[in-house]
Amino acid sequence: MARAELMDFDEALELFEPVIGLEVHVELNTRTKMFSAAPNPANSEFHGAEPNTLVAPVDLGLPGSLPVVNGEAVRNSISLGLALGCSIAESCRFARKNYFYPDLAKNYQISQYDEPIAFEGSVEVELENGRVFQVPIERAHMEEDAGKLTHVGGSTGRIHGAEYSLVDYNRAGVPLVEIVTKPIFGGEADAPALARAYVSTIRDIVISLGISEARMERGNLRCDANVSLRRRGAEKLGTRTETKNVNSFRSIERAVRHEIQRQAAILAKGGTITQETRHWHEDTGTTSPGRPKSDADDYRYFPEPDLLPVVPSNELIEELRAALPEPPAARRRRLKSEWGFTDLEFQGVVNAGLLVEVTATVAAGASPAAARKWWTGELTRIANARGEDPAALAEPALVAELAALVDEGVLTDRLARQVLEGVIAGEGSPREIVDARGLAVVSDDGALVAAIDEALASQPDVLAKIRDGKVQAAGAVIGAVMKAMHGKADAARVRELVLERAAGADADADADA
Amino acid sequence: MSEISAEQVAHLANLARIALTEEEIEHLTTELGQIMQAVEKVSEVATPDVPPTSHPIPMQNVFRDDVVGDILTVEQALAGAPESDGKRFVVSAILGEEQ
Amino acid sequence: MSEHLIRLTAAELGERLASGDVSSVEATRAHLDRIAAVDGAVHAFLHVDGERALETAADVDRRRAAGEALGPLAGVPIAIKDVLVTEGMPSTAGSRILEGWVPPYDATPVRKVREAGMIPLGKTNMDEFAMGSSTEHSAYGPTYNPWDLERIPGGSGGGSAAAVASFEAPVALGSDTGGSIRQPAHVTGTVGVKPTYGAVSRYGSIALASSLDQVGPVTRTVLDAALLQDVIAGHDPHDSTSIPDAWPSMAEAVRRADVAGLRIGVVKQLDSDGFQAGVRSRFHEALELLERNGAEIVEVSAPHFEYSIAAYYLILPAEASSNLAKFDSVRFGLRVTPEGGGTVEQVMGATREAGFGPEVKRRIILGTYALSAGYYDAYYGSAQKVRTLVQRDFDAAFAEVDVLATPTAPTTAFKLGEKLDDPLAMYLNDVATIPANLAGVPGISVPAGLAPEDGLPVGIQFLAPAREDARLYNVGGALERLLVEQWGGPLLDRAPDLSSHEMAAAEEGVV
Repeated sequence: MARAELMDFDEALELFEPVIGLEVHVELNTRTKMFSAAPNPANSEFHGAEPNTLVAPVDLGLPGSLPVVNGEAVRNSISLGLALGCSIAESCRFARKNYFYPDLAKNYQISQYDEPIAFEGSVEVELENGRVFQVPIERAHMEEDAGKLTHVGGSTGRIHGAEYSLVDYNRAGVPLVEIVTKPIFGGEADAPALARAYVSTIRDIVISLGISEARMERGNLRCDANVSLRRRGAEKLGTRTETKNVNSFRSIERAVRHEIQRQAAILAKGGTITQETRHWHEDTGTTSPGRPKSDADDYRYFPEPDLLPVVPSNELIEELRAALPEPPAARRRRLKSEWGFTDLEFQGVVNAGLLVEVTATVAAGASPAAARKWWTGELTRIANARGEDPAALAEPALVAELAALVDEGVLTDRLARQVLEGVIAGEGSPREIVDARGLAVVSDDGALVAAIDEALASQPDVLAKIRDGKVQAAGAVIGAVMKAMHGKADAARVRELVLERAAGADADADADA
Repeated sequence: MSEISAEQVAHLANLARIALTEEEIEHLTTELGQIMQAVEKVSEVATPDVPPTSHPIPMQNVFRDDVVGDILTVEQALAGAPESDGKRFVVSAILGEEQ
Repeated sequence: MSEHLIRLTAAELGERLASGDVSSVEATRAHLDRIAAVDGAVHAFLHVDGERALETAADVDRRRAAGEALGPLAGVPIAIKDVLVTEGMPSTAGSRILEGWVPPYDATPVRKVREAGMIPLGKTNMDEFAMGSSTEHSAYGPTYNPWDLERIPGGSGGGSAAAVASFEAPVALGSDTGGSIRQPAHVTGTVGVKPTYGAVSRYGSIALASSLDQVGPVTRTVLDAALLQDVIAGHDPHDSTSIPDAWPSMAEAVRRADVAGLRIGVVKQLDSDGFQAGVRSRFHEALELLERNGAEIVEVSAPHFEYSIAAYYLILPAEASSNLAKFDSVRFGLRVTPEGGGTVEQVMGATREAGFGPEVKRRIILGTYALSAGYYDAYYGSAQKVRTLVQRDFDAAFAEVDVLATPTAPTTAFKLGEKLDDPLAMYLNDVATIPANLAGVPGISVPAGLAPEDGLPVGIQFLAPAREDARLYNVGGALERLLVEQWGGPLLDRAPDLSSHEMAAAEEGVV
């Protein structure tokens, strides 16, 4: 595939005005699915179940099966609608969206069409540079998720070139709320950052409502980004593309920026934009064309005859409204003052999309300063290196525990970073890792070397074995040293030093350390 | 209103994922034309002031409590499948080579 | 002995079982013997599970012997239309695409029947996915009318009606989307009831048109239908459209049947030349009989009923096109791979091409068209408005009368193959039955006699307001009692003896 030509971003902005629209799918964390009593894998308790073990007849579309609406999912959807400043429909219906795809068990998706549960809202979004936007919300509607396909064969594990596919319907029927913005004008050069900040704000909202796990790496929150360009001075909007499933904050910003540059390059040359869905490629930071919009998108919507209208009472709406948490913007103002952060410090946390993590870490006992330091420092560094979101790396409670170990003097910052690597690798809690790895504050090489030399001297056969390349023999020495240090030595460092000492000053550095 | 062409029928068959033969398309084109002509009668009385009825017995707000109920075992789920790997359903490749 | 047992009504058999006169194993074996003897000629069943039926019967006998309190139909055999899913028994809805599929769960009406101690004998034949009025659209070959084996048994539930009419089962379950219970009852001299929409759960009924489908009883007497409806009706949380109200006893309504003072409306638009002369004459004689016994006959007008078929043939195909999308070769049923392999899209297309019969394809394409962009308002949307108008006609009529009466269908049983190539003519069979499905109101078809010109059964249909099913059992029970008295015995006593047809059918290669 030829790499798309890109126009310089600033140049693109001179010629065109970017208009974006965002569709965010939120997986609700109710205990059961939208239309069946099967456990919901978007609830942490049921996450990671074996394939096809969370399915009721209706999730497989078995003949004769019927959907029944999860009342809690409706309440959550209303709460979300209210938090988005939306009006709640006096009466709304479910509709069938008909299309064939093997991950769609019934070959129709139960969704809402002309009667969404919530509509016409607005969300305040604050950017890194302090700009505040009101993002207009068109609607929020309830629907069900599809199953998961795994493509087998072919080199990439992607759909192209696959020999066959495997289908797991655990995710089929997971309750979704799809939030659709109106076209967002005026973002200009901030459009990519605005897209990111908007999704981050939605995440804050659903977490504060407690209605979604909101873990992007698990697909609890998924974003489709619509981008079009309008030539400066023109009235008419440009043709838009829809980039699908951009599933990290970083990617959202990059994908919008990429589409602006790509479309600008085409338009500047007198070309036309094809209305199509595009796929985002995290590895290359590019999008590629998917299916063009066509007659095949005739979804033949009609009212779902197996379900009845949802008519929320005023009492219910007011009850849910009264229970709404503080809006994110107000909450941010409060947290900033409670934590005593400078503008810069606080904005750094917000811009990194880490407000939720820092809040949770503070709630778990860490000082605000320590929580901020870990999330915006080491965790962000590692996440960037891996191309992931920091939130995906560690649970806030574990970060709080790590900070506590530093406060208690058990770990230095350097050792704590090693412990953090263990946490990220899934080795357990910081305390468990400290025990398991024998990490401790005795990290004085001088003291360690003395102990090593003593141990080597008392076990000359070991020294010979190591020099013969039998490095596993070093274990006996390491054990002796650890004993001498009462376990408070970094075993890995001891091993390193043992091999160094054993090999002598002119030994190869490729020892298996 | 209901001049139906063979191309239209072929398109509908594609939407409905039925690989109709040329002969079936031809036959259905004629039949659909006749049937549609008969059923178009509904437009005679379906005036804008008449509200549509989707459900014969009007009810609303039928909800289920958010409580886990009976589910299928993976064996039950896969029992009827034309092909499975013991854990998941197997289907042939989704896109053709040319795509 | 066994000949005697199969001729008992379900109510009578239930009493004999309760008194210990007869065991359920004996009754079940008698019906299995009858199936073995005549089903080669009738072909009412797609699947018979004799072994499990006898086990279930033995279990009921044991429970009865242990003094357990059992319901009035405990131990009584029953046939189940193949549209209802049955755990451990194949459920195909008459389609090749579901051949051999054994569901992992029971439909709610089936579960209730089992809980009532009834004995499922097997699954009955039907038009594929209940699309048809003759059972000729079954992928597994037609069912033959026990009154004349060259004629259709009605449809889509021809198998259930024929099973009951040929004494293969005392009662059966059916489903009625536009007349699939009532029209077969009409042509086989049996009783069929479509309850109020939502009275019986649709959970586990393989959906044809979700907003029209209703499961109901297929029996030889009105009391048996009432007893069966008392078993299968009631709220089911698995079906959102299931009515939560409590129901009065339908059996009680039959036992107290009395038409004195009952106002019966004759729908002017369904009493026309379009109906066979013998169908009309029996209809009017039945009304006169009711009138002589205290009912008041009133003519009513339902001006929008004439739009019913048009609306029905838009709503049904539209909903069916979506309901039948699940048959795609991925999770259950048939898979056909095109020669040389193919993408999943091609496999789905080839499977649905091979697995669906012509009538199913016709309606799926029709429904796809009716829902497609640009046509929705003109077709599906307009049909939904007609639904409103038909409901208003019913409301206006029921403001005047207690029940409505119509002939159940325009003609007696026609010959196999007669209307197979003319879908529009076939669709007209449902002209009198469809309005009830559009409006959700209940309907019953009760035998009214034989048409003088061809000696074939004729039914009369009564319709009542939604939730007033008991009125149908009242008027149906009263008419049945009066007619049986007049005839000197049930209509089915006059049906030909099938054992003489058995050889002939075998020779024709029907078996």
